[in-house]
Amino acid sequence: MTAAALPHDSAPAHEEHHSSLPVNNRKLAIWTFIGSECMFFASLITTFVIYRDSHATGPGPKDVLGVPLVTSGTAVLLFSSFFVVMALNGAQQGNRKKLLTWLSLTVLCGIFFAGMQVYEFTHFVRDGMGYTTNLFASSFFTLTGFHGTHVAIGTLWLGTLLKDAYKGKIPPEKALNLEIAALYWHFVDVVWIIIFPVVYLMSLGHA
Amino acid sequence: MATTVLEPAHATTARRSVLVEWLTTVDHKRVGILYGASAFLFFLMGGLEAEIIRLQLMKPDNHLVTPEFYNQLFTMHGTTMIFLAVMPISAMFFNFFVPLLIGARDVAFPRLNAMSLWVFILGGLFINFSFLLNAAPNGGWFGYAPLSSRQYSPGINMDFWMLGLQILGIASLAAGVNFFTTILNMRAKGMTLMRMPMFVWSVLVTQVLVLLAFPVITVALILLMADRIFGTSFFQLKAAGDPMLWQHLFWVFGHPEVYILILPAFGIVSEILPVFSRKPLFGYSAMVFSMAFIAFLGFGVWSHHMFATGMGPLADSFFSLATMLIAIPTGVKIFNWIGTIWGGSLQFKTPLYFALGFIAMFIMGGLSGVMHAVAPADLQQTDSYFVVAHFHYVLFGGSIFALTAGAYYWWPKMFGRMLDEGLGKLHFWLMLIGFNVTFFPMHFSGLLGMPRRIYTYPAGLGLGGLNLLSTIGALILAAGFLVFIYNIIRTWRSEEQAPADPWGGATLEWSIPSPPQEWNFAVEPEVHEKDALWAMKRAAGVRTLPEPPRVSGQGIHLPSPSWWPLSTAIGLLVFMIGILVRGPVSHAFPFGLISAAGFAIAAFSIFKWSYEPPDHHTSHIAH
Repeated sequence: MTAAALPHDSAPAHEEHHSSLPVNNRKLAIWTFIGSECMFFASLITTFVIYRDSHATGPGPKDVLGVPLVTSGTAVLLFSSFFVVMALNGAQQGNRKKLLTWLSLTVLCGIFFAGMQVYEFTHFVRDGMGYTTNLFASSFFTLTGFHGTHVAIGTLWLGTLLKDAYKGKIPPEKALNLEIAALYWHFVDVVWIIIFPVVYLMSLGHA
Repeated sequence: MATTVLEPAHATTARRSVLVEWLTTVDHKRVGILYGASAFLFFLMGGLEAEIIRLQLMKPDNHLVTPEFYNQLFTMHGTTMIFLAVMPISAMFFNFFVPLLIGARDVAFPRLNAMSLWVFILGGLFINFSFLLNAAPNGGWFGYAPLSSRQYSPGINMDFWMLGLQILGIASLAAGVNFFTTILNMRAKGMTLMRMPMFVWSVLVTQVLVLLAFPVITVALILLMADRIFGTSFFQLKAAGDPMLWQHLFWVFGHPEVYILILPAFGIVSEILPVFSRKPLFGYSAMVFSMAFIAFLGFGVWSHHMFATGMGPLADSFFSLATMLIAIPTGVKIFNWIGTIWGGSLQFKTPLYFALGFIAMFIMGGLSGVMHAVAPADLQQTDSYFVVAHFHYVLFGGSIFALTAGAYYWWPKMFGRMLDEGLGKLHFWLMLIGFNVTFFPMHFSGLLGMPRRIYTYPAGLGLGGLNLLSTIGALILAAGFLVFIYNIIRTWRSEEQAPADPWGGATLEWSIPSPPQEWNFAVEPEVHEKDALWAMKRAAGVRTLPEPPRVSGQGIHLPSPSWWPLSTAIGLLVFMIGILVRGPVSHAFPFGLISAAGFAIAAFSIFKWSYEPPDHHTSHIAH
């Protein structure tokens, strides 16, 4: 008996399997993962808020946190969310040039943000605020460090997609590959939109 | 059915070795069996730990084991039973039966599923490896900081615990994403949410709990790891660290975790009772909503584990009331189970015995749970054997009874053989009697003032008799499980093939051969109402459908086997080993290299995995 005689069976067991909900499996999965990640960052942010005034030894928020540099990083990260949407739009239209331009810009933004954080961290350490200096420092580095790790992973992910796009491996029917990475990237941005005011702006009101 | 009967198989292609087949499998049924087999071994390990604990407590002033080893025993007993036994035995049923119950050919992400399995197995071996170094975790299964910090737990013991739990958490989270997606998106045509079997509902709700609770303990464990390995002071009093932070983070995870352990049990019992009562489940939608309500409330009651920390009257009252509220949806479920068997034509088979045992034992555990909800009463009971009695009535009397019921119920589907009924009933009676003789006296020893985790107790406190009774009960329990193992071995040797539908089942898994073929459904089923198979039988006007033929399965797409899930898991293990050895060993040697190597293995595997084509055609590899 051949496959032709089994019309039901020609459907693959997964991936392009009919969906019970009007959403692709992988898209649903990344949304689910993002929901889970919310609890991860909520716990880290809570820890930071509890400990931001615990700096009896060593520097506190007012002594080290510099708003201008991080504001520029924040702006770059926010713009990158817009850039990745443009890149996705290019992928869906099959517009290779648009896809490559905007995706490259997105990756550059990711690299800039990660670089900014590395610069900031080394600066802090030079100013006498190491990971174990006080609880403010420990919770600051843990929270922003994990966010930075997410940015780095996202940048790597988008970087591999950029390589694929360059080789012409992201035709319109595979734009979903980019869309999923973009959803993750937006999430990383949204988390930063919470971290930036909580860590940098509101902490300055504390001694 | 437009399918051919199976020709002599395995002839067309050279078969890979059996070992390679299992190591690279992405078939949800094989993943399920591997989950079950490894979890059952861990369960026996945890049971052995419990037996040694009971022998140590058998009489006053006993010194069967050293106090240090005793600490390792109770810590590992709790950790093992929760993370390495009950959760993964539930995962066995999720893996094997969720796709079958919803009429799918596999889970949404078969390779991710295999990764969860290997991460779980390696994580479990990692934690238990500590026994070989005589350095098993010894700070209690909830690792209260600062007791679990380097200052008070200087050995490598708690490093194994905190790193092992992080490994296991990754397995649970990956499985959570996978099953949430599978259930929402892979259902057969016509299977709306409110037509799903109740077990599938229980898995869906459980995955929501896993996804929201596990990140929180991950953060707690990361902070503890920073304290122990990298020298921070998150939980150190001398640096103004707050031990309460650990307790809050732990129990924000820990209370939903107990529902992660019990909701699948609810689901299994809700499948078994209708089949053996020959009646549909009573109050289906009430069952669904009460389960969702239990899960929702489960995130608002964590501090009832912390009444003794002195949170103040407002917090105590809030968490008391929220906890009492949970009794309402739970009561709804119990009445619905009773309503299901009420007036049914009961078939007294082994699965029904265990399911009825579950209801009775779980009610008793639930009642002592409501007693704990009363904060002033809890102050008297906390950290005593009364609490030990309570949570064994819900986790053993509840979860283990239901999981055992599920094992007897689904065994024929999983392995194509029926477990022996006589031995099954003997197992049940030994377990019911042994369980109650072990744990019922603990209510009294607890109220007499016996603290939990105590190494020994002096004579003359009136605790000797009760403890001796508990130890005798524990030995009866062990005998029960020996009967179970004998039953498995005996059945294994028999050639008897189980029919597709031995119990007169209501759900889709009974419509296909036992054991199912690799692709589950030769023709993807369509569902028109709840209890899909009963509906099909009614439509055909028969009590049992004809035995389904085994088919060749040519032309069916199946996910390809893959090495990358296993190698990703190995990378993760190596990464954690790097952190483990960095703690106690001199920092002079660059132990970070081990972690870097682990990270590289995992990253490379994930990269290769992403570019590996996900499926093949059955005509290429014959089975």
